Amino acid sequence: MKTLAGGRKALIILALLGAAILLGAADAFAQNPFGAPKGAPPTPPPEGVTGWLLAKQAEFYRLLSGTIRKAKSDGSAAWLLMGLSFAYGIFHAAGPGHGKAVISSYLVANEETWKRGITLSFASALVQALVAIAVVGVAAALLGATAKTMSNAVWWIEIASYLLIALMGARLLYTKGLAFWREWQFLRAPKTLGAAATVAHALERRERDHHHHDHAHHDHHHHHDHDHAHHHHDHHAHDHHDHAHHDHAHGNPAHGEAGHVHDEHCGHSHGPTPDQLAGPGGWKRGLMAIFAVGLRPCSGAILVLVFALAQGIFWAGVAATLVMGLGTAITVAVIATLTVTATGLAARMAASRTGYGSLALRGVEVAAAAVVLLFGIALLAGYMVNERMVGIA
Amino acid sequence: MTFVLRFLLVAAIVFAATAARAHPHVWVTMNSELLYASDGSVTGVRHAWTFDDMFSTYATQGLESKEKGKFTREELVPLAQVNVESLKEYDYFTLAYVNGKKAELGQPVDYWLEFTDGLLTLHFTLPFKSPVKAQSLNVEMYDPTWFVDFSFAQKDPVKLVGAPAACHLAVQRPGEGGQSATKGQPGEAFFNSLGAGSNYGAQYANKIAVKCP
Repeated sequence: MKTLAGGRKALIILALLGAAILLGAADAFAQNPFGAPKGAPPTPPPEGVTGWLLAKQAEFYRLLSGTIRKAKSDGSAAWLLMGLSFAYGIFHAAGPGHGKAVISSYLVANEETWKRGITLSFASALVQALVAIAVVGVAAALLGATAKTMSNAVWWIEIASYLLIALMGARLLYTKGLAFWREWQFLRAPKTLGAAATVAHALERRERDHHHHDHAHHDHHHHHDHDHAHHHHDHHAHDHHDHAHHDHAHGNPAHGEAGHVHDEHCGHSHGPTPDQLAGPGGWKRGLMAIFAVGLRPCSGAILVLVFALAQGIFWAGVAATLVMGLGTAITVAVIATLTVTATGLAARMAASRTGYGSLALRGVEVAAAAVVLLFGIALLAGYMVNERMVGIA
Repeated sequence: MTFVLRFLLVAAIVFAATAARAHPHVWVTMNSELLYASDGSVTGVRHAWTFDDMFSTYATQGLESKEKGKFTREELVPLAQVNVESLKEYDYFTLAYVNGKKAELGQPVDYWLEFTDGLLTLHFTLPFKSPVKAQSLNVEMYDPTWFVDFSFAQKDPVKLVGAPAACHLAVQRPGEGGQSATKGQPGEAFFNSLGAGSNYGAQYANKIAVKCP
């Protein structure tokens, strides 16, 4: 009975996780000023905790300009500026609103570790800050470009970033869809044994724990013995045989295929990669995610940089942007850790109980991958605008 | 017990996803005038929108000017053009209702930018496509995506220009119950009518209501 309860819990967590992802997507879509039919009730500004967060963020942001002005003559104001920027970063969280949702979905879809989640968060926030500094530094400070030119540059960067998100989503969807399909096929095959093998499969993939793998085999033998006792179930024995074969196939080539993208990259990355990035898939995939999310600069940072430049203290803007990025990274890292923890818990429960729990987990991964792809397409199609850079300039 | 903890974790994710909304990056302080013809029909809405200092700096970045850091109305003509063209996509963030029905507003006229003390102010007039005598006129300004934060100026944010003397003007700021600008306190029923033409949560928009006999 413990099994049942555990399985149910896992399913509930999975359902909630799925709901969270969809909510995130729905929420982002709700911001859309174009896609909604005219006359449809627009979203009111959020209330409650979210409203408070946004109000705080706006408050910090509004204090920034005055502080930058002061920092020109008063060194201590520079410290205040850093503090404000940090707070703004924390509250502003993922910069572009879709960033968090994409990172979370990506982490769920990819069965990532929390270390990787945190690394991704910090790396993408750093990239985001650097892109903002580069855009303003080159376009405005060096070339004296106008706001319009800068907005155009940002527009191109945006398109690149959205393309990357869509690509990443498509790739994830393909890989995860394949894995899901395989598992589904598997479960439809001889039931009891299919489940046992799936557990082995799931555990092997997830934890690469040979001990568990052995354990599953053990289980398998148990069944075997049992079936032998009921002598007359001849076809069962046959199934077993068949299944053992199946299991074998699954353990090797099938796994190779399902996790084939991972393996390919692991080959390249295992040696020299830093610990944090050495998870399944390694560097390359991680880099794609970092750029997909971090490429698009945050409007707030660009405005702060231009303002600092106009005040003749560009360095203050650069420092503020970097500190903002640090704040953003912390928030995103917390969210990433929560996401990974929840997925991990669900996965462990699902994996240790029933075959269908594991299938549900694959299903959530597929859903998460689909959400990433949808985000990319929607952003590209202009149906979702998170922060239009300058709608009026 | 641990399940509760897990539930909280997932709840936190739901919350985080929700917090990914847009938030204001541009602040606008509004002064608006409602224009009336001599026959008492309403002809247009004249806006003066002052942008916050950071946005003003951003928008004028790289623009040529004779005197550094200062811009004349002439030097800002191209920018004003861009502003007005871009605003079209958002219906100028202005909704008007005449006698409870949505009124059509035309292309902006008489638009220009002014640069004073580092702040840009965009002036423009939205004409009513068909000027009409309105017993009840409601005008609402806000950005549904909340990228631009609109708020009325502190003092006398709305004026009636050439309106019949008997008209009542009421101004309501977001989150406020509303206040009467002229001629005594309108009754409860009047404020109920403020929401008549609205299509969103009452407390979020900057609203103007004019009642004429």
